[in-house]
Amino acid sequence: MSAVPLNRAPAVAAPGTVRAHGPGAFVRDTWLMTRRHLLITRRTPQLLVLSAVMPIMFVLLFRYVFGGSIRVPGYPSYVDYLIPGILVQTVIFGASSTAVGMADDMSKGITDRFRSLPTQRGAILASRTIADVIRLTYTVALLIGVGLLVGFRMHTGVLEVAAGLGIAIFFGYACSWLFALLALAVRHTETAQLAAFLLTFPFVFAASTFTSTATMPPWLRTFADGQPVTKVVNALRALMEGTGSAARPALYALAWSVGILIVAASLATWRFRKI
Amino acid sequence: MSDPPMITAEALVKSFGSTVALAGVDLEVERGTVLGLLGRNGAGKTTLVRILATLLAPDVGSARIAGADVLRDPQTVRSRIGLAGQYAAVDEMLTGRENLELVGRLYGLRRHEAETRASEVLERLNLTAAADRLVLTYSGGMRRRLDLGASLVGRPLVLIMDEPTTGLDPGTRIELWKFIGELVREGTTLLLTTQYLEEADRLADRVAVIERGRMIAEGSPGELKQRVGGDVLEVRSASFGDLDRLVHVLSGLGSGPPVADVREQRVTLPTADRVATLLAAARRIDESGLQIDDISLRRPSLDDVFLALTSSREPHGSAPPTKGPVTSERVVV
Ligand SMILES: Nc1ncnc2c1ncn2[C@@H]1O[C@H](COP(=O)(O)OP(=O)(O)OP(=O)(O)O)[C@@H](O)[C@H]1O
Ligand SMILES: [Mg+2]
Repeated sequence: MSAVPLNRAPAVAAPGTVRAHGPGAFVRDTWLMTRRHLLITRRTPQLLVLSAVMPIMFVLLFRYVFGGSIRVPGYPSYVDYLIPGILVQTVIFGASSTAVGMADDMSKGITDRFRSLPTQRGAILASRTIADVIRLTYTVALLIGVGLLVGFRMHTGVLEVAAGLGIAIFFGYACSWLFALLALAVRHTETAQLAAFLLTFPFVFAASTFTSTATMPPWLRTFADGQPVTKVVNALRALMEGTGSAARPALYALAWSVGILIVAASLATWRFRKI
Repeated sequence: MSDPPMITAEALVKSFGSTVALAGVDLEVERGTVLGLLGRNGAGKTTLVRILATLLAPDVGSARIAGADVLRDPQTVRSRIGLAGQYAAVDEMLTGRENLELVGRLYGLRRHEAETRASEVLERLNLTAAADRLVLTYSGGMRRRLDLGASLVGRPLVLIMDEPTTGLDPGTRIELWKFIGELVREGTTLLLTTQYLEEADRLADRVAVIERGRMIAEGSPGELKQRVGGDVLEVRSASFGDLDRLVHVLSGLGSGPPVADVREQRVTLPTADRVATLLAAARRIDESGLQIDDISLRRPSLDDVFLALTSSREPHGSAPPTKGPVTSERVVV
C-alpha cells in the first residue's frame, strides 16, 4: 500500500467546506447521476431491447390478430387509430421502469450512499426520471419505425406530429414521477414491478387506447372518457391524424400531465426526505 | 483548551412501529479516536449509524457531527462524514474507478480532482489492478474495500463504518484492520459497529456495548475486561462428547459457573484466585480420566465481557463465534 496521505482532514472544520447549494449544484448533481443511470443502461442493452419487445408485440397483435374485426368510425385504416394509442401505452410502461429502477437502487443501498453524500436530494429523484424519459424517447422512436413498417401513416404536418409526440413524452415524464412515488411506498423491486403493472392496466385498457369508448357500457365509458390516458391518446390522434380540432384535446392532455407532475413530484420529494 | 467531541448524541430514541430500536442513547467520540459500538443482531447499531449519517431522523434526541447538528444542518454533516454501510453499496454495472469518481464528483470535486482522488484511493486499497473492471466481477471482499474507498473519497473528518468486516475471510479482515489502523493514525475519527469483540478490542480506543437500544456499558477495552472480575480458566477438551462431563467436573471451582463453548470445544470458567483454581481443576480432570488438549489461564476477552454484561440466559450460541487470530493473552503456567 502506498503512503499517500489519504485523510488529510482539514485542521478546522470550517463551514466553508460545505459545497455549494442552489440551482447550480442541483443541475450538476442531476446531470452526474443521470449519466450514471444512462451508462448502466448502455451496459445492459439486452434490457433496452427487451423492453421494446412488448410494445412491438402489441402492435402486431392488434394490427394483425384483432385489428381485422375492429372498426372505428372516422378511421378507414385501423392501424392509424392504433399506433397513437400504443405510443401512449408505451410511454406509460416505459415510465414504470422508474419504479423498478428506484426500488432497486433503494434495496441495494445505492440510494442511501447518494443520500449520505452532500448532494441535492431532489437531484437523486430528478436524475432517475430524466434518465427514464430519455430511454422512453428511444422506445417511442423505435415504435414509430415499426408502425410505419406495418402501414401506419400520419396525416398532418411535422409541427403537429412533433407536438403530439412532445405531449406523449411529457405525459410519460409526469407518470415517471408517479412511479417514483410508488417505489418510495413499496421499496421492494419485484413488488414495485408488479404494482406498477397492475395500477397501469385499467388506465391503459379502459381508455380509447385500442378502440373507441363509444361501445363501452355507460359506467365504464364515464371512467374511460374522463381519465388522463384517453385525453392524451385523443390529443395524439388529433395531432398526428388530423381528426378534428387538436386544440382542446391537447389542452386537456397538457393540463393532466402538468397536474400529475406537480402533485407526484411534490409528494415524492416530500416522501423521499423522510425515508 | 480541549477539543469538543467529534460525535455527540444525546438521548436518541427511535421506534419503528412497536419496535423500539433505540431507547435513549448517549454517545461521545473524541477527535482522532475510535469508538467500537458492540452489539448483537437487532441491538440498534444500524439505526444509530443511520441517524448519525442523516439518513434517518430520530423521534427524540439530537446528534452533532463535528459541531453540525444532524437535523438542523444535515448538508454540513454530510460533507464531513464518510459512510460505509452494512452492505456494500456499489454499482455493479460500473467499474471500481467510475464508482469512486462519481462519489468524488458528488462531494463537489472537479473532474480531474475526482479522477486523481479515485486513483489514490484505489491504490491505497490495493484495487488498482481491478480498477477498470466492472464491479460485477469483484469478489465480496473487493466490493467491501471499494465501498470503504467510496467513504474515503471526500476526505471525511468522521468515518462511520457499519460492520465493515462482516462476511470477510480472516485474511481479508486482518488486512482491513491494518488499513483502518492506518487511517486512524492519520487522525480520522472513527465510529465502527461490530459484532466481533475481537475487532473492537483491536481497533477501538473505547467500546460501547449496545443491547436492545440501550448502552449497557462503555469504557476502554481494558476497563470492560476488568468488569468480568479476575481471569478466565480455559480448558479445551480432546473429544467433543466430553464437554458436558467437563462442565460437571469443573463446576464449583471458579468464581462463577463453567460455560461450555461447543464450537470451540472448550469450557471457560471465571476465576478470582487464578493458580489455585488452575491446580484444583487439573487435579480433578486428572482424577476423572478426561482427556484434554489444553488448559490455560488468560485475561478475559471482550467475548467474556459481552457474555457477562448481556443476559446470561443464552450462555453461548447467540454471540457470533470469534473467528480469525486469537488476540487474548495466554498466561503460561
Ligand atoms: N426500517 C425498519 N422498519 C422496522 N423495523 C426496523 C427498521 N429498521 C430496524 N428495525 C428494527 O429495529 C431494531 C434494531 O435494528 P438495527 O438494524 O438497528 O439492528 P443492528 O444492531 O444493526 O442489527 P444487525 O447486527 O443485525 O445489523 C431491530 O429490531 C429491527 O428489526
Ligand atoms: Mg446492522
